[in-house]
Amino acid sequence: MTEPILKLVGLKKHFESTSGGFFNKKKGVVKAVDGIDLEILPGQTVGLVGESGCGKTTAGRTVLKLYEPTEGQIIFQGEDITHLSRKRMKPLRAQMQMIFQDPFASLNPRQTVGTLIGATFDIQGITPPGGVKKEVERLMERVGLNPEHVNRYPHEFSGGQRQRIGVARAIALKPKLIVADEPVSALDVSIQAQVVNLLDDLQEEFGLSYLFVAHDLSVVQHISDRVIVMYLGKVMEEADKKDLFMSPRHPYTKALLSAVPVPDPIKGRKRERIILVGDLPSPMNPPAGCVFNTRCWKVQDKCRTEIPALQQIAPNHRLACHFPEPAA
Amino acid sequence: MKPFLEVKNLSVSFPTQDGLVKASNDISFTVARGETLAIVGESGSGKSVTSLAVMGLHNRNAADISGEAILNLETGPIDTISASPEVVRKLRGKSMAMIFQDPMSALHPYYSIGDQIAEAWGLYNKGSKSDGIKRAVEMLDLVGIPEAAKRVKEFPHQFSGGMRQRVMIAMALVNNPSLLIADEPTTALDVTVQSQILKLLKDMQQEFNMAVILITHDLGVVAEVADRACVMYAGKIVEQSAIDDIYYTPDHPYTIGLLNSIPRVDQLEGKRLLAIPGQPPSLISLPRGCAFRGRCTFSRLVPNNRCATEVPNLDEKIKGHFSRCHLTEAQLTVARTSVGSRV
Repeated sequence: MTEPILKLVGLKKHFESTSGGFFNKKKGVVKAVDGIDLEILPGQTVGLVGESGCGKTTAGRTVLKLYEPTEGQIIFQGEDITHLSRKRMKPLRAQMQMIFQDPFASLNPRQTVGTLIGATFDIQGITPPGGVKKEVERLMERVGLNPEHVNRYPHEFSGGQRQRIGVARAIALKPKLIVADEPVSALDVSIQAQVVNLLDDLQEEFGLSYLFVAHDLSVVQHISDRVIVMYLGKVMEEADKKDLFMSPRHPYTKALLSAVPVPDPIKGRKRERIILVGDLPSPMNPPAGCVFNTRCWKVQDKCRTEIPALQQIAPNHRLACHFPEPAA
Repeated sequence: MKPFLEVKNLSVSFPTQDGLVKASNDISFTVARGETLAIVGESGSGKSVTSLAVMGLHNRNAADISGEAILNLETGPIDTISASPEVVRKLRGKSMAMIFQDPMSALHPYYSIGDQIAEAWGLYNKGSKSDGIKRAVEMLDLVGIPEAAKRVKEFPHQFSGGMRQRVMIAMALVNNPSLLIADEPTTALDVTVQSQILKLLKDMQQEFNMAVILITHDLGVVAEVADRACVMYAGKIVEQSAIDDIYYTPDHPYTIGLLNSIPRVDQLEGKRLLAIPGQPPSLISLPRGCAFRGRCTFSRLVPNNRCATEVPNLDEKIKGHFSRCHLTEAQLTVARTSVGSRV
């Protein structure tokens, strides 16, 4: 069996919230990520989906140890990196990179594109063959930017081009794993497709693995091999793409899929839609039992008291629900 | 009977230091009561600028506006472009209302929800403040806010994003407007909340028999709620038709391109997306001829380089289906299939 690039075992990230007063009294704990298990194989894309506040971004950042995990293990290429110091993490960071959502906020406005991309080499103390300048130009060309624009500043580029800068920066050190946090959600429709295709191509070319964090199920469906559905910090369902989209077993997954508008009017009119009531509960004060019980249309008494365990229901398909939907 | 809103040759441009920004150019459409017209386009295509002009919300010192936007009221037609600001102000809220993408910045953080809705009601109704609050509670109830009587006293920050959008809808509808313009009303919301709000808008439209203009970039949302759609590109309408035709027999390469470039949750083939190359032109220096030409895969099919020299007209190629393209219907049929259109 192939060794996974990344393995998470019961990963948790809790944030303590304090009153902010003089004594900084503890007010409560936000369980942003409350137990994720996951394996990403080389060349594979795992999609992490859920609504805002479900913990998907925190999960992505904790994987790269941008947050210190509260509990659980992060195993990267067979090595347990959960508690590595910043110093010992540094050489590993060349192997694991991130693409951010906002192409405006994630680029320093006072640095040229050349400096922004070149900085990755300086930080790691690597001199690429042919020199940094040449490599930066090569990277720009690879992601579809004009290398002549190497001395321009971020504001001179459009949103899509800026996201390409972010991509160039992420692939500069030839990483094994890229965590992409909503990489296309800030882009216009016609530009989204360009960036999605670029990510696809780069994956093929470099054998990259992606952890693709997004709320847009259509994009996740397109790019992922496996998909994990999160709700209030917990994994609701995890399966290969085809199983999850063709035969969702968790009521939440089913509702989520049915809520995605389809650009096909006739199909849309015929589609059965499950409209969830209410909003996501506060993560400070999650419901007892199954976290989804306040909005679930199949809720029964058991759901309000007993937390459903994430169980293997088929090869490569895991589910946390007392009353799952029948397999399609 | 005439449709409630008739927009004719509406153009909005902004003089800037760098030149004239032609944000919206020669726009014509109509919306009848009970009907939903979607205006689809990417950022900078002019969809919001057009609707703000209809509402009379542009600063007339900063924007050059020409054309007409006629509201056919029971008392007679009024053109909101040529009418005086005082006249248009009296139409806003009562005859036409608008909801915005970001409900947090559209609500006042210092006033309670009830006060804000009551204020809107008080503009056109005589009554005490408590009458206004009573009306606010009714409206909140109508838009599905639980415990309306209690929540009417709360402030915007105490509401979630979806609930705030409901408040916005309640406020927009409090005077029973005939036209509602919804500018990206669900873009900031999660999908499960989006479907709640879209359903609410549909229900409210039926309840009040409103003409609705839905401005969005999301072709999925359009397919779900609109009766007709205008597709905008670089400030112009490039295609306009009944909703099914837009999706099944698109008549403009940009529309075809858009439909091909979006991944779909209901299709699992994992085919490569057919992206539209390049990016939209600057509105200050629009190219000669067709604005989409630089990104169009099919312009080479048009003889004599017409795409580069001649701006295509918005022609009615089939009844009720307008498109702004030099390609013939036969060529478009090829275009739809040659790129694997989903028809």
